[in-house]
Amino acid sequence: MLRQLFSFNGGVKPATHKTDSTTQSIGSVPMPAELVIPLHQSVGGTPRPLVQAGDVVKKGQRIGEADGNVSSAVHASTSGTVKAVEMRTMAHSSGLSSLCVVLEPDGKDEWAELSPVAWRELEPGAVRDILRDAGVVGLGGAVFPTHLKVNAGKAGKLKTLIINGAECEPFITCDDLQMRERSAGVLGGVIILKTLLQAGEALVGIEDNKPDAIAAMQATVKALGDKAAGISIVPIPTRYPAGGAKQLIRVLTGIEVPHGERSTDYGVQCFNTGTCYGIYEALELGKPLISRIVTVAGNVEAPRNYEVLFGTPMSHVIALAKAKPGTDRIIMGGPMMGFAMPNADVPVIKATNCVLVGSPELFPEPEPEMPCIRCGECAKACPADLQPFELYWYSKAKLFGKAQEYHLFDCIECGCCAFVCPSRIRLVDYYRFSKSEIWAREQEKSAADAARERFEFRQYREEREKEEKAARLAAKAAETKAKLAAEAAAAETAPSAATPSDAAPTGDDAKKAMIAAAMARAAAQKAEAAEANIKPANTDNLSPAQQAQVDAAEALHAKVDTLVTGNESGEK
Amino acid sequence: MISAILVMALGAIVLGAALGYASVKFKVEGDPLVEKIDAILPQTQCGQCGFPGCKPYATAIAAGEADINCCPPGGEDGIRKLAELLGREVKSLSAEHGVEKPKSVAFIDENTCIGCTLCIQACPVDAIVGAAKQMHTIVAPLCTGCELCLPPCPVNCISMVPIGESVETWKWKYPVFALNVAQQKAA
Repeated sequence: MLRQLFSFNGGVKPATHKTDSTTQSIGSVPMPAELVIPLHQSVGGTPRPLVQAGDVVKKGQRIGEADGNVSSAVHASTSGTVKAVEMRTMAHSSGLSSLCVVLEPDGKDEWAELSPVAWRELEPGAVRDILRDAGVVGLGGAVFPTHLKVNAGKAGKLKTLIINGAECEPFITCDDLQMRERSAGVLGGVIILKTLLQAGEALVGIEDNKPDAIAAMQATVKALGDKAAGISIVPIPTRYPAGGAKQLIRVLTGIEVPHGERSTDYGVQCFNTGTCYGIYEALELGKPLISRIVTVAGNVEAPRNYEVLFGTPMSHVIALAKAKPGTDRIIMGGPMMGFAMPNADVPVIKATNCVLVGSPELFPEPEPEMPCIRCGECAKACPADLQPFELYWYSKAKLFGKAQEYHLFDCIECGCCAFVCPSRIRLVDYYRFSKSEIWAREQEKSAADAARERFEFRQYREEREKEEKAARLAAKAAETKAKLAAEAAAAETAPSAATPSDAAPTGDDAKKAMIAAAMARAAAQKAEAAEANIKPANTDNLSPAQQAQVDAAEALHAKVDTLVTGNESGEK
Repeated sequence: MISAILVMALGAIVLGAALGYASVKFKVEGDPLVEKIDAILPQTQCGQCGFPGCKPYATAIAAGEADINCCPPGGEDGIRKLAELLGREVKSLSAEHGVEKPKSVAFIDENTCIGCTLCIQACPVDAIVGAAKQMHTIVAPLCTGCELCLPPCPVNCISMVPIGESVETWKWKYPVFALNVAQQKAA
């Protein structure tokens, strides 16, 4: 059966260097003395640690819980004791640290209880939650949480499911070996995805420089018979970067996903073969993602693929492949898109598809940049149909708005433009700089906007509280006034000949009335006390000095009394 | 003669009516310049500029009552943006209003906190939670680092912790290459 294939614009054909690491089967790695498992291994929020120092964990036990929906869980790669949950150098170009679970293996490699998932009977949402808690992320290198992609979009149904086995980057052969040796598992994952997404067909695109993988996959499809109905293995021409999601979709279906839109809007979704295997293990076997296949290549004597537990130091794996002298750097990923590592002891993480050992002979220090001569070679090579020279100028001039206008964020950082640049400009470095600068600014801006909103709300709230308080006081004052008015009215109806002006006491009058009432109460109390002839109890057996003081005070009281009564009589 | 005057007068009335209508119909609410200035200011609401918040400072700048170099949290970058917007000259940060510090968030030592709520009342963005005689704590993602909670604290239990660079916030540096590589090669 011949299928019509399409082509994407641009692309390059670098030397593949793939044959060296495919001569041997996938090797296993002896248990290292210590596993350093970073919590933040996928796109999205940093998982919350579920263990602390001293805890004993089983292999596959969840040690980091997904933080929100855009996040993915992390698991213990083997059984052992948690030595610490602390900051360790991360497998990241920055050389900065991030929170890691340091695990001391007990050597038993004992699995936690595993239970296969009856995914066919479950709701799609429940399956997504299981994938999130099993830590399944895109293993092609982008580590985007898979459960977010197992979603057929608006239509609720997928036309074409694309499985990415292109593996276009030089040196990397992990997907190739996986398809050769574990095709049943990979296709098991494809069947799960095809069922969950109700895809009409599933196309597994494999570059034609991997004939063994193509043969193995085709044989397994044949062996599966009816179960694998609608799944085709499609060899595609070898051209970098045919393994880019948008590029592979274009090659296999001819659909060009426009800027800013999702491929699911066109009924297409793309998964990596390694991810399919992870989905198969998570659902059919109940095993969370705790290891992956890693290519060790470059300046080593025995390039090979290894099944590596997450958290294994890269140096531990490199030692198996025997690094040659002259090694000067470790790259995670391939030579086109890989990232230089701060040192060889950083852990293997979910994104580590390749540990590339570099030397000055293999990857010579790039010659100094020359000015851009506007030849346009980069635009011809760009597989995303961008104008890299424009992006370069705007990034260099830090005109980020203009760079965004030229769709900087459609750049997949494949490095084709830098590969063909006759002036040897490291174009991708400029794009990465621009992108991170734009992200940082956007974040700063949203933080400032949130602060402004909170500040304005606080002001509004303070204003409101002030008004409420004023209203409360006014209400209370009105209440007192009404009460006094009622009392005054009551006094008026009494037989006394009060003047009519007393009936409605205004502010001053009310106050005066209150004072008068208080004085009347005090006088009444005093009179009562005098009537009952109550004297203070502590006036017996006084010394002459105390008696003199008491006399003086009483004389003062009498004087005050006469003054007050005199005043009152004077007023009257 | 009279007809010419009438024609001109009629023209004036028609155009005047059109302008009057347009000024009512397309009236801009608020001062767009203040909004633009406010968008540049960092919204820490710290009051170091001498105004009670970023918006009042923006209003003062727009009215020409305040200089553009009074905002330490905005730093040199902020001054440059303001100068660009307003067509004024770039100045260095005014020393009397403070110095540019690395971005920090407040941190309450919860063992020392006595629960007096004074910091809660001082926080301009409501980033502190707590109640009377209960321990208080900072909601770090909301804290703008304005330091307004430091002076009211009677037990000095609040400190400013600089936000370090993390793997998530790390930025790629501007690409530079050593010119002397070429010289070394030539030598």
